[in-house]
Amino acid sequence: MQDEPTTTELIKAVADFLRNEIAPAIKGHNSFKLRVGINALDLVTRQLALAEAGDATEAARLKALLGADGSLIELNRALSERIASGEVDLTTPGLSEHLWQTTMDKLAVDQPNYASYKRELGNKSG
Amino acid sequence: MIETELGRCVAAFHPGATGVTGAAKLSGGASQETWTFDIVHPNGTVGAILRRAPPGYGAAPGRAAGLDAEATLMQLAHDAGLPSPKVMHVLTPEDGLGRGFIMARVEGETIARKILRDEEYANARPLLARQLGRVIAGIHSLPQAKLPKLRGLTATKEIEDLSREYHSFNWPRPVFELALRWLRDHDPGPSSEVTLVHGDFRHGNLIIGPDGVRAVLDWELAHFGDPMEDLGWICVNSWRFGEIDKPVGGFGTRDDLFAGYEEAGRKADPDRVMFWEVMGTLRWGVMCCGMMQRFRLGPDHSMERAMIGRRASETEIDLLRLLASRGR
Repeated sequence: MQDEPTTTELIKAVADFLRNEIAPAIKGHNSFKLRVGINALDLVTRQLALAEAGDATEAARLKALLGADGSLIELNRALSERIASGEVDLTTPGLSEHLWQTTMDKLAVDQPNYASYKRELGNKSG
Repeated sequence: MIETELGRCVAAFHPGATGVTGAAKLSGGASQETWTFDIVHPNGTVGAILRRAPPGYGAAPGRAAGLDAEATLMQLAHDAGLPSPKVMHVLTPEDGLGRGFIMARVEGETIARKILRDEEYANARPLLARQLGRVIAGIHSLPQAKLPKLRGLTATKEIEDLSREYHSFNWPRPVFELALRWLRDHDPGPSSEVTLVHGDFRHGNLIIGPDGVRAVLDWELAHFGDPMEDLGWICVNSWRFGEIDKPVGGFGTRDDLFAGYEEAGRKADPDRVMFWEVMGTLRWGVMCCGMMQRFRLGPDHSMERAMIGRRASETEIDLLRLLASRGR
């Protein structure tokens, strides 16, 4: 077992330092690059918090949809092949819901401020 | 120092010019650079832009039209009265500057967030979609006989190109597969009319002023194909920068875009435009993945490219909104 502080706490501390202390002092193109770097650290923090639960429910949905077992990437390959071949499509029960949930879980980590994501968050039930 | 070569070069095509000042690189990829500079002349300085492949770089890569073709297209657009910079000089080997051309600098803004939010452009925003419709129609009507040699593209070919590129990344994306399947099932077939297509008509390649559009830039992806492709590409959600209810670049409606297009004597086909919007959304997603690959493989090991890989999921939610809408 690794000791405290957690990876999340460490990354968040670094990101907050860069955001609050360094960013105001940097100008020009490096200021843009610094912002991208801070965004990357924030993304990692979100992934550490969210990915485990998201991956587990994604895998469970994929196993149910495909009637097969495997790693997450194998299951996604299998689903991709079935969509490509036309074996499953949007009329297949559960496919649309699965793709939506998986995509929403990705956006929650990648780009939670993306306008389409924010719109769909308020439009969950549908 | 590039100012020495530029100074010699401008003296040859701009009589009376005594040199250049303020040369600065605006952007630079591995094979193509854009420089801004001022031509010094007794009658006053003239703003200019150099677009070039530096010496030692050969022909343009795969899809690119090539800098000579870009210069020709820009000049044709200018001659047709479209908002386009005047081409001042096409580089020759004697210039020692590589391949490319020098054009007049057009003042204005290309950054979408400023165009969509700054007060300065508030009056221009409601006019832009219609204006751009007219400009796209003008591009599609450029005299065929004068156009340079360009690649041809059909919907079918674009689907196969995107499929091949996406599969080369070897990373499964069920939403991309869904989009590819939809595109194949809805491929409208060859366009009844093949025209010049700009190929990258969107924010970033349009100079906007408080009065509206001032210049169309970057003909690198120009080709012959379905004219509806340009109308679909500018509607892709990735170019709305948060203004998702204004499909044309985050500032206008499809109706205004089509009205402008039809004012200029051409006909829009909304179904084909929607098809190309789906294609364009997938295309930007595949491009995001491609930038991630270039980050990983090393030629550009930058944070920016790495983070663009994490924007592919934005196109996945947009594809779902287009193809598997959950209703309102």
